[in-house]
Amino acid sequence: MNAPEPTFTPNRMTYREACKQALREALLSDPRVFLMGEDIGRYGGCYAVTKGLLEEFGEERIRDTPLSESAFVGAGVGAAMAGMRPIVEIMTVNFSLLALDQILNNAVTIPHMSGGQFAIPLVIRMATGGGRRVAAQHSRSLEGWYAHIPGLRVLTPATVEDARFMLKSALADPNPVIIFEHVMLYNMEGDFPSDMKEVDIARAKVHRAGRDVSLITYGGSLFKALQAADALSSEGIDAEVIDLRTLRPLDTKTIIDSVARTRRCVIIDEGWRSGSISAEVGMRIAEEAFFELDAPLRRVCSREAPIPYAAHLEDACLPQAATIVAVARELVRPS
Amino acid sequence: MTKKVYLDHAHLLHLLKAMIRIRHFEAKCVELYQAQKILGFLHLYDGEEAVSVGVMEALTPEDAIIATYREHGQALARGVDPKCLMAEMMGKLNGCCRGRGGSMHFFDRKRRFYGGNAIVGGGLPLALGVALADKMQRRSAVTACFFGEGAVDEGEFHETLNLAKLWRLPILFVCENNLYSMGMAVERAEADIDFVHKASGYRVAGEKVDGMDVVAVESAARNAIDRIRSENDPYFLECRTYRFRAHSMFDAQLYRSKEEVEAWRKKGPILRFQTWLEANRLIKPEEIAAMEKEIDFEIAEAVAYAEAGGLEPISELERFVTMDEVPA
Repeated sequence: MNAPEPTFTPNRMTYREACKQALREALLSDPRVFLMGEDIGRYGGCYAVTKGLLEEFGEERIRDTPLSESAFVGAGVGAAMAGMRPIVEIMTVNFSLLALDQILNNAVTIPHMSGGQFAIPLVIRMATGGGRRVAAQHSRSLEGWYAHIPGLRVLTPATVEDARFMLKSALADPNPVIIFEHVMLYNMEGDFPSDMKEVDIARAKVHRAGRDVSLITYGGSLFKALQAADALSSEGIDAEVIDLRTLRPLDTKTIIDSVARTRRCVIIDEGWRSGSISAEVGMRIAEEAFFELDAPLRRVCSREAPIPYAAHLEDACLPQAATIVAVARELVRPS
Repeated sequence: MTKKVYLDHAHLLHLLKAMIRIRHFEAKCVELYQAQKILGFLHLYDGEEAVSVGVMEALTPEDAIIATYREHGQALARGVDPKCLMAEMMGKLNGCCRGRGGSMHFFDRKRRFYGGNAIVGGGLPLALGVALADKMQRRSAVTACFFGEGAVDEGEFHETLNLAKLWRLPILFVCENNLYSMGMAVERAEADIDFVHKASGYRVAGEKVDGMDVVAVESAARNAIDRIRSENDPYFLECRTYRFRAHSMFDAQLYRSKEEVEAWRKKGPILRFQTWLEANRLIKPEEIAAMEKEIDFEIAEAVAYAEAGGLEPISELERFVTMDEVPA
């Protein structure tokens, strides 16, 4: 057995470590919790999130699975129906398509279709997003698709704090929850107060208050939006940055309140523009705050193409801080 | 080695009655469908009754069931209340799922009936999870997982059998091979139609059983369950059977001949068992008459219960989309 991990005291750690400590806490606090997924055990996790958990908790609770996404996600659904609290890791959102039938037709459908006889307290974690030069089949951002589905809760921790504490909220939810961890965040370091024990997943968070324009985003785009806000600030434009945190159910109130203050809005979403979560956010603003707006709604999304391998093409495909700055500037100071 | 089914008079009557109940229940469903009181899909189990009845005899109340979309027989044989099932067929609030599931989606938590599933193969991974949960919670329950031979075409079958064996899960795989997946004849869909052989590819032991012979099915299922419990391993039963009626109510049956259907009807599970009982003087004509009368009374009661049932208020439509708590 490895040396024990520090027990939840450090308040500065990487996003990866925060994910791991969240899993450890869950395993230590509830004997019904167990983990399933590809290479989570001996390999230590594709992104090294689960490294050391097999040695600490053993093979019964840290279950390496074969490459059978549909079977092990469905097994998670069945185990949740029969009294356990499974946490299933799908290596990346791209592979979750192989398990989509189990997620959509079973996990989110059975509670309603059985007339409330069964709940499915299942947590699915998966990596999402681009930026690692691994081409289209490993770089998609499909969290917006999942946010389309009634019955799911969709969490997108963008900070170390949320990576550390959203899992606890997810496990407390009697419904299926998907946690999307953006691949570019695992090495990011961050702080949270040492006495912090949980986060409220019902609310979006205003990361930076501003008067001139709201930058609304989530996940891997949060830090691009914060960078953009810094750059805009040097030009005298005061941007507000909102982290949606939970894509379903959306915290519409925080969005509307922000837009009512700034009267301008750019939505930044790594998903494709057409039919995206940014479209949903924009439409809610149009429905509920149309007359608060001083300018048309704008979006910065991924280009509508499979994410290419070549670095210059991938960078051009994904939302970037410079694009956000340009779009926000044009909105506040039309040329 | 092979365990004999204890065929006392009461048990023989019980098996026959369980099969006739399913047949008559479904005949009433067809009437109600024609009267447009049952809508949507209606996949009849007609001809396959011996499979469910035989397998359920081998299960205890602690065991779990994963069913198919042709699950009227599976639910009735498990002992789910025909009243709640008929009300569900008619989309009523007093149905087992408050009218949200209908014919293809019966659930009964109390009887560990984990649902009819209308995605072919979609129930197989659930069986893994239910069996794993039982095993991890140190319960000795077995999960009986029903599926048609069409599910063998799906990846879930292969993924599930592999994991069941790898993790040594207590699952009884019950392949209801009725020879057609909708209109696709098994030999037109499968390069290898020996399903026991396929299961053995995952080192899951199994056997073929005559799915038209209720005693043979019960005997095989009892042996299989004993083996699963004692050897801590999954087991596979291929029950060769036949559906006498169309795939669903929308099927013109262009893919098979009337002669073929008639030939199978002569081998029907109820006809065959009843004829055998009569020939061996194990049942009296008046016992059959009394049994049928009781069943028809039970079904009439179920219909009356369903007819009297109210409708789920539309204001409740979104209830249970998310649950407030995990039911105890």
